[in-house]
Amino acid sequence: MTATRKIDKSKMVVVEGSYAVAHSVKVCRPNVISAYPITPQTHIVEDLSQFMADGEIQNCEYINVESEFSAISALVGSSAAGARSYSATTSQGLELMHEVLFNVSGMRLPVVMTVANRAVSAPINIWNDQQDSISQRDTGWIQLYAEDTQEASDMTAQAFKIAEDKDVLLPAMVCMDGFILSHVYEPVILLEQDLVDKYLPTYDPEFTLDPSDPRSFGAFADPSTYTEFRFLQQKAMETALQKIEDAANEFNELFGRYYGGLIDEYETEDAEIIIMAMGSIIGTVKDVIDARRSKGEKIGLLKVRSFRPFPKEAIKKVLKDAKVVVVLDKNISIGLNEGALFTETKSCLYNTDVNVPVVGYMIGHGGRDIPVGTIENIIDEAKSVISSGIKTESQFTDVREDLI
Amino acid sequence: MSLKSKSLLAPGHRGCAGCCDAMAAKFTLMAAGEDCIVVSPTGCLEVMTTPYPETSWEVPWIHSLFENASAVASGVDAALRAKGKLGKTKIIAIGGDGATLDIGMRSISGAFERGHDFTYVCIDNEAYMNTGVQRSGATPFNASTTTSPAGKVSFGNQRPKKNMPAIMVAHGSPYVATTSVGYPKDMIRKVKTATEVVGPTYVHAHAPCTTGWGFDTSKTVEIAKLAVDTALWPMFEIENGELTKVRKVKNPKPVEDYLKMQRRFKHLFTMEGGEAEIKKIQAIADKNIVDFGL
Repeated sequence: MTATRKIDKSKMVVVEGSYAVAHSVKVCRPNVISAYPITPQTHIVEDLSQFMADGEIQNCEYINVESEFSAISALVGSSAAGARSYSATTSQGLELMHEVLFNVSGMRLPVVMTVANRAVSAPINIWNDQQDSISQRDTGWIQLYAEDTQEASDMTAQAFKIAEDKDVLLPAMVCMDGFILSHVYEPVILLEQDLVDKYLPTYDPEFTLDPSDPRSFGAFADPSTYTEFRFLQQKAMETALQKIEDAANEFNELFGRYYGGLIDEYETEDAEIIIMAMGSIIGTVKDVIDARRSKGEKIGLLKVRSFRPFPKEAIKKVLKDAKVVVVLDKNISIGLNEGALFTETKSCLYNTDVNVPVVGYMIGHGGRDIPVGTIENIIDEAKSVISSGIKTESQFTDVREDLI
Repeated sequence: MSLKSKSLLAPGHRGCAGCCDAMAAKFTLMAAGEDCIVVSPTGCLEVMTTPYPETSWEVPWIHSLFENASAVASGVDAALRAKGKLGKTKIIAIGGDGATLDIGMRSISGAFERGHDFTYVCIDNEAYMNTGVQRSGATPFNASTTTSPAGKVSFGNQRPKKNMPAIMVAHGSPYVATTSVGYPKDMIRKVKTATEVVGPTYVHAHAPCTTGWGFDTSKTVEIAKLAVDTALWPMFEIENGELTKVRKVKNPKPVEDYLKMQRRFKHLFTMEGGEAEIKKIQAIADKNIVDFGL
């Protein structure tokens, strides 16, 4: 099933992406919000603060913490005490949280956090790429990437549903490209409270910090037990694969909007060239595909919504008949010269009977614009891979030679 | 607050014989009672009481990381508020000096500034004991630790203790007290008072560590009392910024009586120039007598 949106235009309002997300958080009825302001996440937490000031979020506390480290640490306490817990951050803030991120996941606390993706310092840069969340890949958080503001907004409710599922109990990041989605004004349907109440059950964890039933959280595990904690986190991630699909389908049934579950496909059925990407770049790629399709070129798109858990099987299935796969990454593993989606896509095809050339392009670092022409050039290069094989496996896009 | 109250810290934990942490935790729970939630940073207390799947805690307890106990406690406080459970259940953070006044400083400062309703109990054994007796900001002047060792050209740690109670008073805490594991009734009373005062309150407990300080496991209380009796550890209460109660020290003992019982100060009695160094420590005690009217 590919993306479908039943849009009732009379319900649409033009709001900033941050507002749409803040509204979604509000109607998900959080109990504790804890956040530290950082560009470009600020508008989300400002909007939530205004909702609090106007009494629009009942049974909720907003903690104005002194750092991102404490923002996420406070949610360890609140989530363990049985509160639906939310934060938002980006870039340096997310990196400052790094140690705690492992802790939230290891303690199986279903915190949901929006990441308004931004480049990482040095050099300091406030614009969009996805290095920040990709660098937290192994912390045990579910990572979902949104294509536009409506999806980021809708994904927020889906993230709570997935994270709090008793068979999952893992924290989740909803990643939306900073500025490109957080600051854009476009028409969206704000999530309806009555529908969200039907969609998202009350957070009712089995174990909480409760004096009438005392439990110890965060115990010390020695070598005889530590492995099993990690094993069970991995199992929960595997369970989440299906839960992410279910959450998307249930959302579609209630709200009439679907963006794919783990992945989405666009014009892939007969595609010889398949482009893979995550986040707001998807819109640009779709425009290019439309133009090329009209000229008879067989090009399709595989949009990855879930980077963790990584949907190996779903990806393999889509790529198996392609002649070349092009992966776009707004991040780099320095020293490997590859973006993470590229590396992991290659990895999941290895040891299988799918033998398709995969090439990687690292693109849009620190907010560098990605015009249609850049995607066109990449597609042209990919065509030459079909005829004459891979010349450059992975490369930077648009490096300014005049600066080097 | 009777010493005969049921202990909410079950026996069988992995604390050393004569462990100050176990005493401090037990007294704290005696003061708080069953209706409390305890937050511990990483440290000896956390490690020795919760080797999975066992736990010594008969109250709900959570450990997250070394430097974030106060932030975790903030979250627990917010959750209780949001769920309308505030005012009944007491929230207590209890951690060592490293977790409190070094790596946890940002977290405790933020939580106190925001005015969360919880009590922070610092068990001050004056070094990083869990990792093997390394210097902390609470290590006293001239103490030898594994990262501030006495040597041919050093008498050990050359900085005075960070004045954490004063820092907490400066945060506007309505109740700040110092106490000692050598005085259980005093500690229980102060922790109980702290948990009953609304807002962020702070109790700093001096806690001799048998392994880290180097004394016989039977001497924890004796050493703790000597710190008070030599005026090196003043015991006081500060309410809303005012010094309201001080434990008087009749005929203060010379600091040598305290120092000579501990391996960490042994070099002061063997090295050339040690005598002058002991005088500097005596000056610290003398100043406490003046400053607090001991």
